[in-house]
Amino acid sequence: MKQLAKASSALDGWQHMVRLQKVDMTFGKVQALSHVDFRVGRNEIVGLLGDNGAGKSTLIKIISGVLRPTAGRIWVRDVAVDLEDYSVRMAHELRIETVHQGQSLGEKQPLWRNLFVGRQITGRFGFIDVKKEKAIAQQLLRHAIGFRGHGINADSTVRDLSGGERQGIAIARAMYFQADLIVLDEPTTALAVSEVRKVLAFVEGVKAAGHACIYIEHNLAHAHEVADRLVILDRGRVVGEFAKGEIALPELTKRMIALHEGSPDGHS
Amino acid sequence: MATADSNASRILRTEGLPILAVFLALVIAFMVAAPEVFLGYRIYMSFLATVPPLLVLAVALTLVIAAGEIDLSFPSVIALSGWVLAYCIHELRSPWLGLILALGSGAVVGYVNGVLVARAGIPSIIATLATQFLWGGLTTVFSQGLSYSLGDVEELFLWGVLVGRIGPFPVQALWALGVSVVLWLVLNRRRFGEHLLFIGDNARVAEVVGVNVAREKIRMFVLMGVMAAFASVLLTLENKNFFNTQGGGYLLEVMAAVFIGGTSVFGGKASVIGSVVGSFLIGMVEAGLVATGLQGFWVRAVVGVVFLAAVVGHLVIDEPERGRSLLRSIGAKLRIGRKAHS
Repeated sequence: MKQLAKASSALDGWQHMVRLQKVDMTFGKVQALSHVDFRVGRNEIVGLLGDNGAGKSTLIKIISGVLRPTAGRIWVRDVAVDLEDYSVRMAHELRIETVHQGQSLGEKQPLWRNLFVGRQITGRFGFIDVKKEKAIAQQLLRHAIGFRGHGINADSTVRDLSGGERQGIAIARAMYFQADLIVLDEPTTALAVSEVRKVLAFVEGVKAAGHACIYIEHNLAHAHEVADRLVILDRGRVVGEFAKGEIALPELTKRMIALHEGSPDGHS
Repeated sequence: MATADSNASRILRTEGLPILAVFLALVIAFMVAAPEVFLGYRIYMSFLATVPPLLVLAVALTLVIAAGEIDLSFPSVIALSGWVLAYCIHELRSPWLGLILALGSGAVVGYVNGVLVARAGIPSIIATLATQFLWGGLTTVFSQGLSYSLGDVEELFLWGVLVGRIGPFPVQALWALGVSVVLWLVLNRRRFGEHLLFIGDNARVAEVVGVNVAREKIRMFVLMGVMAAFASVLLTLENKNFFNTQGGGYLLEVMAAVFIGGTSVFGGKASVIGSVVGSFLIGMVEAGLVATGLQGFWVRAVVGVVFLAAVVGHLVIDEPERGRSLLRSIGAKLRIGRKAHS
């Protein structure tokens, strides 16, 4: 595993897409993350598992620049990041894309604005190129996951969409900006079974294209299927880590149930 | 059927069109009720002279409400900036310095509001209510409660440029038009405006997509402050007079103009064109009612009815579910009322 990563990093010298060391995150008195070490190789799909409240969303919000950790260090492509400057915009510039769980779209805004907000296409005088944004949005809609082609266009507002379609827009946005690391926080929650297959195929496509992915999923079978490595969080700590093939699905399920029932025997 | 339906909804959703129809209907009603006033051009020239300060305020406040915030402090900016301008003209004899300092004082008020709301996290309705008292009170102290009569201000070049006349046509109408066009572009075609819409829609979503919420809010309040100061300059020069309560009447009128124009009370959706038409509507109702023989004190009540009707109307168009349930509950109450009577 390590050797493989080394071999591919020989190209231009970096090994990990992101690496976190001893990251702490506290909200008031609540310790959401404590001393988390976490890494994603440059062409690795990491499945992040854990119960509700284990700290998965907090961890990925730190990686995507939404939250600033209370302590710890972060490297992107093996370069240390100044946490004072780190932001969503900087994460975008470093080609890290995130599909957040639940709300990441403006309900009353048209789809074309939702696709480009934060990274608008602007003309010479800084005006948004509405025509171009709409045209690209219309293109993306044709292939977006979760759409059945019933009168939804670039001018439709998000509240006209079903849950699956909203998820499809969030994923389409991440796909369009072609990230080196794509972070998916429970991307299949609102999707029909056939559409879940499309998301999994997309994750496999990310791998095939040489990029990396962090994949958060409640469905253990899906995570087990696509991930190169599984990381288990429990109450803000990393309590288990398995490379692909190191653990069978039934045993993984057993472990997760044990964690849920409060006996953290997930240490490996 | 389906296409007719979508055509109808497209017309209803076209920016400013429903309110424009209401406005034109009102003009026609006034023409019928008071033809001697409303069929001549003078009344319209008078509107173009008096509406611009209201319009500039309404258009700027539209951006604030788009972001889900409110600014109650602009009446005190109208007082403060007006005093700064009047002082510079009257005491220092330097009108251009007055213009710059007036706009600057508006920016300071806006910046303080922005910091209180975006950095300290005080709800804007409270923060700007407090600063409204603060700056209004300070203006009274600075002016020692006196008013300035600026009788010879018409001779100034500044006066001609901002509120002069081209024939019968008041120049401030052009400035108001310019401000409207610029702020329409800012809201609909600049990154800043799009960010305000997303902040008003859902501030957490705005943060997740990379909007610097605090910075954009501060910029927004500064813009509001500067625009309120500009409105004050137009008002003070047009009136050729400063008095320290000159902003007082504007608070409700400006908000009525914005909400009548279709800007959502919930944030995230705003219409600059609607606010422009709403301003003229509010400005016209008063003159119109008086001209048709209703007594002046009816004006506020009528504005209140129009205000309420517009907000409900926009709710029905924009949020059909919420609108329908509101109408249903009103209908149910009316039926109960009828039953009780019979």
